[in-house]
Amino acid sequence: MNVWLSAFLILMVLSNLALLGSSRLGVCIRCVAFQGWLLAFLPFFVHTEGAVYRLLLIALGTLVLKGFVFPALLTRSMQEADVRREVEPFIGYSLSLLFGLVAWLGCHWIAARFPLPTEPGMVLLLSEALFTMYAGFFLIVSRKKALTQVIGYLVLENGIYIIGITLAQNEPLLVEMGILLDVFAAVFIMGITMFHINREFDHIDTDRLSTLKDWDS
Amino acid sequence: MTLFLAGLAVIVCAGTLSLLTQSFHRLSMIAGGLGVSVGSAIWVIPACQSLFQNKTLAVQWAWGIPQGSLILEIDPLSAFFLLPIAILSALAALYAMGYLRGHKNAVGAHWFFYSLLAGGMALVVTARNGLLFLIAWELMSVASYFLVTFEDEEPGVIEAGRTYLIATHIGTAFLFVLFVLLGQESGSLDFAHFTLPHASPWWAGTLFLLALIGFGTKAGLVPLHVWLPEAHPAAPSHVSALMSGVMIKTGIYGILRILPYIGTPPAWWGMLLIGLGLLSGLFGILSALAQTDIKRALAYSSVENIGIIALGLGIFLIGQAAGAPLVALLGLAGALLHVLNHACFKGLLFLGAGSVLHGTGTKNMERLGGLMKTMPWTGTLFTLGALAISALPPFNGFLSEWLIYLGALHGQDLNTASLIIPLFLGIAGLALIGGLALACFTKLVGIVFLGEPRDPKVHAHETHILMRLPMLLLAAGCLAIGLAAPWVQALLQPVLADSLGLAPDVVSAQLQPATAWLAYLPWLALGLFSLMAVLTALRWVLLRKRTIAQAGTWDCGYTRPTARMQYSGSAFSQPILLYVQRILQKGNLRIPQGFLPTAASWNEEAADPVQRFLVRPVYECLVWSTAKLRWIQHGRLQWYVLYIALTLVVLLIWKFR
Amino acid sequence: MILALFSILAALLFAPFLFGVINRTKALFAGRTGQPLLQMYYDLYKLGNKGVVYSHTISWVFRVYPVLALAGMLLVLLLLPQGGHVALLAGPGDLFALAYILALVRFFNVIAALDTGSSFEGMGASREVQFSALAEIAFLLGLCTLACVTGSYSLSGIYTQLSYSAWLAHGAVFLLIAIAFFIVFLAENARIPVDDPNTHLELTMIHEVMILDSSGPDLAFLHYASALKFWILGSLLIGLLFPIHTGYGLIDVAFAWLGLLVLAVSVGIVESIMARLRLLRVPQLLVSASVFSFVALIFLLR
Repeated sequence: MNVWLSAFLILMVLSNLALLGSSRLGVCIRCVAFQGWLLAFLPFFVHTEGAVYRLLLIALGTLVLKGFVFPALLTRSMQEADVRREVEPFIGYSLSLLFGLVAWLGCHWIAARFPLPTEPGMVLLLSEALFTMYAGFFLIVSRKKALTQVIGYLVLENGIYIIGITLAQNEPLLVEMGILLDVFAAVFIMGITMFHINREFDHIDTDRLSTLKDWDS
Repeated sequence: MTLFLAGLAVIVCAGTLSLLTQSFHRLSMIAGGLGVSVGSAIWVIPACQSLFQNKTLAVQWAWGIPQGSLILEIDPLSAFFLLPIAILSALAALYAMGYLRGHKNAVGAHWFFYSLLAGGMALVVTARNGLLFLIAWELMSVASYFLVTFEDEEPGVIEAGRTYLIATHIGTAFLFVLFVLLGQESGSLDFAHFTLPHASPWWAGTLFLLALIGFGTKAGLVPLHVWLPEAHPAAPSHVSALMSGVMIKTGIYGILRILPYIGTPPAWWGMLLIGLGLLSGLFGILSALAQTDIKRALAYSSVENIGIIALGLGIFLIGQAAGAPLVALLGLAGALLHVLNHACFKGLLFLGAGSVLHGTGTKNMERLGGLMKTMPWTGTLFTLGALAISALPPFNGFLSEWLIYLGALHGQDLNTASLIIPLFLGIAGLALIGGLALACFTKLVGIVFLGEPRDPKVHAHETHILMRLPMLLLAAGCLAIGLAAPWVQALLQPVLADSLGLAPDVVSAQLQPATAWLAYLPWLALGLFSLMAVLTALRWVLLRKRTIAQAGTWDCGYTRPTARMQYSGSAFSQPILLYVQRILQKGNLRIPQGFLPTAASWNEEAADPVQRFLVRPVYECLVWSTAKLRWIQHGRLQWYVLYIALTLVVLLIWKFR
Repeated sequence: MILALFSILAALLFAPFLFGVINRTKALFAGRTGQPLLQMYYDLYKLGNKGVVYSHTISWVFRVYPVLALAGMLLVLLLLPQGGHVALLAGPGDLFALAYILALVRFFNVIAALDTGSSFEGMGASREVQFSALAEIAFLLGLCTLACVTGSYSLSGIYTQLSYSAWLAHGAVFLLIAIAFFIVFLAENARIPVDDPNTHLELTMIHEVMILDSSGPDLAFLHYASALKFWILGSLLIGLLFPIHTGYGLIDVAFAWLGLLVLAVSVGIVESIMARLRLLRVPQLLVSASVFSFVALIFLLR
């Protein structure tokens, strides 16, 4: 395994851990953007043969969408909703980090047992993908702000992206573009919804939205 | 072996004599105290014989009970556990003579059960027959139950004793099954005849888990520790010292004794023990930090230390499973040495806590403070014990933890990530446990002995010489073992050789280069002391012509400082406990109510989560379900006779069907 | 042997100088001239020539602590490999001894603070034990991971085998550990962002508040000891970052000193551009240091 791939893996792990352990939404958004840049380089590590233009296309698409457009959208909604940090998540930050480490070990364990092509680094990439997906799920489950949950979806998608690029040898482009489109739409809609929620209720805490039930009032 | 039996006889006779003469307080005291200390001191001789000359002493009688014979044997492993039992029993007995002076209850019963406890422990580590072992085990448990409830006029003591009795019997139940299964195949309960019933790994695993639960309950591994923080504070302090210092180690002894009979360990046993060890260690030390009762804090710290020992054993098992003798040797050496060390410093600390209780009448550290001035001996010796238990060089605790660390570090030779990760997690965990232990014991020393007295109603006085002498000896032991670092492995060598089935010279050939650094340790200690002497002299020279003034503590400009403004123990540990508050502490909040609110309050106390969330619900379930059967108990004799008759009929039909 | 003695002598002579470098860097950033580079030597001399004031409350603990702190640091110097050269008392397992001798000093530091009975010093003591417990994981796990990389069991073994070719093979691992060590280094030496050595409010301090009641030669000993501690932990970090082995002992040691100067400058820069973290956030920083060490370990073993 070459130096670049290992650097990629480490940076991915660290950015995931940073996502789990930071309370500031701005930091989270920057982490997701950073992941987007990292992922743009991934096709070059994995697919050494094949047409270069296709790789370039994927890389460019990823970089633009994940690295700039999504973060910009998120930053905008953050500013509009005027939230800066996640307050009182369901699971605290240090504990989230701890869970993250345990989950990371677990991902290694699972990935090592997957039937995989025997290329070097494949196990690590898969475990990385699983861990990224875990981080996404964890963010969605354990945080309250709608914005963090959107970030969680993005991270989840990043994990799927790694799997898609690594495993779908033939048509990674097709799979990936489809998902990317979905997520793009999702982020867009969520951004708009969030803006409206915030305007109506002055907050974007999802757990407090359950008090909207009619019979309570 | 004769000496061992003689010691046993002396102890039991002394105990009985003390019980018979209990109306003469003084005679009863001297007979019991001196007899027990002399008797247990005698055990040191056979223990040392076996350890240093690598001999096995044995005695065997036929007895009326089927399946096996009455065998007592002192091999190096037994001797290694007998040694702390002998020393601590003797010293705690001396201490008790000071502690119980002028005690209002008659002390005969105390000495009787004390002698039974000492004898029971000695029998446990020497018995080589399953039944005899269980009898000795029960003797030890029951005797210690009566000792725990000795001061039963104090509130809560009876309940603590009951918890202890129930917990220890649950453990014994598992041991019963274990020994029956082990003896089943061979038809004999003699240890020497034990053979594995089925060679399958499942069987071995089941037996291992049985042993772990049975012995772990006595040792106090989390989550089986529930009795420990109840019983230790309730017992008189020298009994706590004995129970915490050596009795709970019989659980460790049991695991080590049984391991060879249940097959070669697979790696998961080791990982399980490392996991349990880290859990016990972290949980124990965090709980200890949360306490305000000195003795309860020390009891939780015993849970922590048992965790460290279990960690060492886990490293030992992983080393064995991976075929790396050096890892196994270092892990086991660390665990064994920690058994001895813990006996030394935990004995010392409990005796110290007893002195504080004796001298001030309270063990609540929030009411104490500044005892170093009124009780200088106790304070200084307690500080030394705290240094030792925090594993700081040049004291003994450092030595055993160092061996455990080194064993885990040698795990890097194993070349299997799935084995190295648990070992290195062990290192990380032990580092954290060490750091938290430092927090816990600086808190104990700092809050209880330093600063200003917090409660003007507490008056302290230094204790009797009989109470100080055992502490002094134990403190000297802590330092001596630490300074004797290069030679300690000679003490361990026969035990290690036996447990791993290696020749002694192979053991030393493996250990010698790995632990060569220990040769520097006495020099480091010497260097430390001489540097301190030189620097003290330098300070003296510098200050010779200068003023040495006395003033109040700098209080940052505040005009009227009082002793109550000192940092309290709870405040000291609060930042650490913040993260585990919900698990370890229970708070009571009273919110101000009404238009003219009157009172509001907030208090929090340490509460054991295993007790709260596991034991209590199960207990309540049990009470609830048995209450449903209450209707069969109505107090009419006829019905009871009917039950008996019906039962008999059912049994007969079942037999002859 | 001679080189090791020479390194120790150098540490004794030059350790206080590093504080001067930090202060000068900070002054330059703030556009001031700043203190003389040798300020700490003057301070030590001044304090050594003063009398001493003891509180009524103290016991022997408070008097022993300054002496023990300095003696402990001197002992640690015997274990410290500098410039990639074997230390005087090197041997398998000495890394744990180093950590635990530092812990011994910390133990006395804490109880000496509690000995004065001041609530401020108690506050500092409470923070100190909390932060150091967390830092201990990152430190020992990082050292053990380095031991695993180099296949050795001692500090000297680790630091003599680190080299730039090892960096090429395990760069990511080393970098992660270096980050972890840097955080531990800042925390243990009471620097920003964990503790501010220059703050004037006792409520916010950690290390400085614990020695509020020390004066005269005692305080001189303590300042000198903390300079040595800076040197010791700094050397461990520098040995990892600049593993220069030219084959000429003196040159290697000189490079190590140069590294320490660079470290002092970078500490000065960190202190100039960062604010102190809120105390509640410090544990998170230290936990993340442990996470770095742990991630390094897993990457090594993958």
